Amino acid sequence: MVEFALPKNSKITGGKTWPKPAGATEFREFRVYRWNPDDGKNPSVDTYYVDTHDCGPMVLDGLIWIKNHIDPSLTFRRSCREGVCGSCAMNIDGQNTLACTRSMHDVKDGAVKINPLPHQPVVKDLVPDLTNFYAQYASIEPWLKTTSPTPQKEWRQSHEDREKLDGLYECILCACCSTSCPSYWWNSDRYLGPAALLQANRWVSDSRDEATGERLDNLEDPFRLYRCHTIMNCAKACPKGLNPAEAIAELKLKMVERQI
Amino acid sequence: MSAADTPKRSMRTPLGRVRNLGAAHSGTSDFWRQRLTAVAMVLLMIPVIVVIMMLLGRNQAYAKQILGSLPVAIIMLLFIIASAWHMKIGMQVVIEDYIHNEKLKLVSIMLNNFFSIAVALASIYAILQLSSGV
Repeated sequence: MVEFALPKNSKITGGKTWPKPAGATEFREFRVYRWNPDDGKNPSVDTYYVDTHDCGPMVLDGLIWIKNHIDPSLTFRRSCREGVCGSCAMNIDGQNTLACTRSMHDVKDGAVKINPLPHQPVVKDLVPDLTNFYAQYASIEPWLKTTSPTPQKEWRQSHEDREKLDGLYECILCACCSTSCPSYWWNSDRYLGPAALLQANRWVSDSRDEATGERLDNLEDPFRLYRCHTIMNCAKACPKGLNPAEAIAELKLKMVERQI
Repeated sequence: MSAADTPKRSMRTPLGRVRNLGAAHSGTSDFWRQRLTAVAMVLLMIPVIVVIMMLLGRNQAYAKQILGSLPVAIIMLLFIIASAWHMKIGMQVVIEDYIHNEKLKLVSIMLNNFFSIAVALASIYAILQLSSGV
């Protein structure tokens, strides 16, 4: 059965409250999920106070400030700090999003509450283990597949056909959508999830690709595709403003189209 | 849950686990039928409600008279078929979503099929009996 409670070793216990930085006049409270695989303890939520005069406006700026000034052991992924790489995806104030593009001022009341992406194994602190997520992406074979002889120059595509990829190619695979989907929480071992399915539709919709039917064959499964129940959390969570639910609906439509 | 505590520890590669037994190449029929029966029920809803309102508080003889009309009997039968089919597919989706024990899932899906067929046949029998005036 579906588990509605956290396993014993995942129950969150009280954490440490770190002292406010000396000399600072304005603070922002951060409550951050902490878990260390090496100390054998349950996860906890630590409280930090960030000096907002000495720190950039984004949640990621706050986390980097904490790491630099208070607690160097705080662990999180980050790279581009401008919403392109998808590394800093985490759950901020109950919403999966990128820490680099979410302003701490947009979190209205009280503390900025930060947790790792939901329902994934945790490697440490805010770093989730996305092995399964990446394997699901690999399983949709995200590359151009052709059997016609390779042209001398590029594979050509009309402007109209190129436009069909808008809203799909922008996905940065941050996993915000998949980890916000209850259907993915319950069945991530068999359901591919919104991100992989949006990417699948990106290749199914590509006019240059010659393996459309095979791609649809690989998706036609009660679990791989049809676990999507149009809950729409994916579209709400996507920090790039994409709509994976719509992409999945397009895939289902193509499945019906080739059968009826 | 830590990465080390992941329940299904195995030496199989992540891609091997995701590909697993491959695609079932099915599911579209159920998806289509669920929508088909939903649209059918929307269309049949009003005439069915009208028939039920006409039957409310009446005796069996009157019910036989109403259901003895061919269009009324056909509307009722179509509604029973559409709703039982829709119920069966919907319940199966819920079972697949929430029950992860393979044996329990299999038994539940079987019972769901039996229940839906039994309810549909019992209802069809009742309508036929009343409409044929036996």
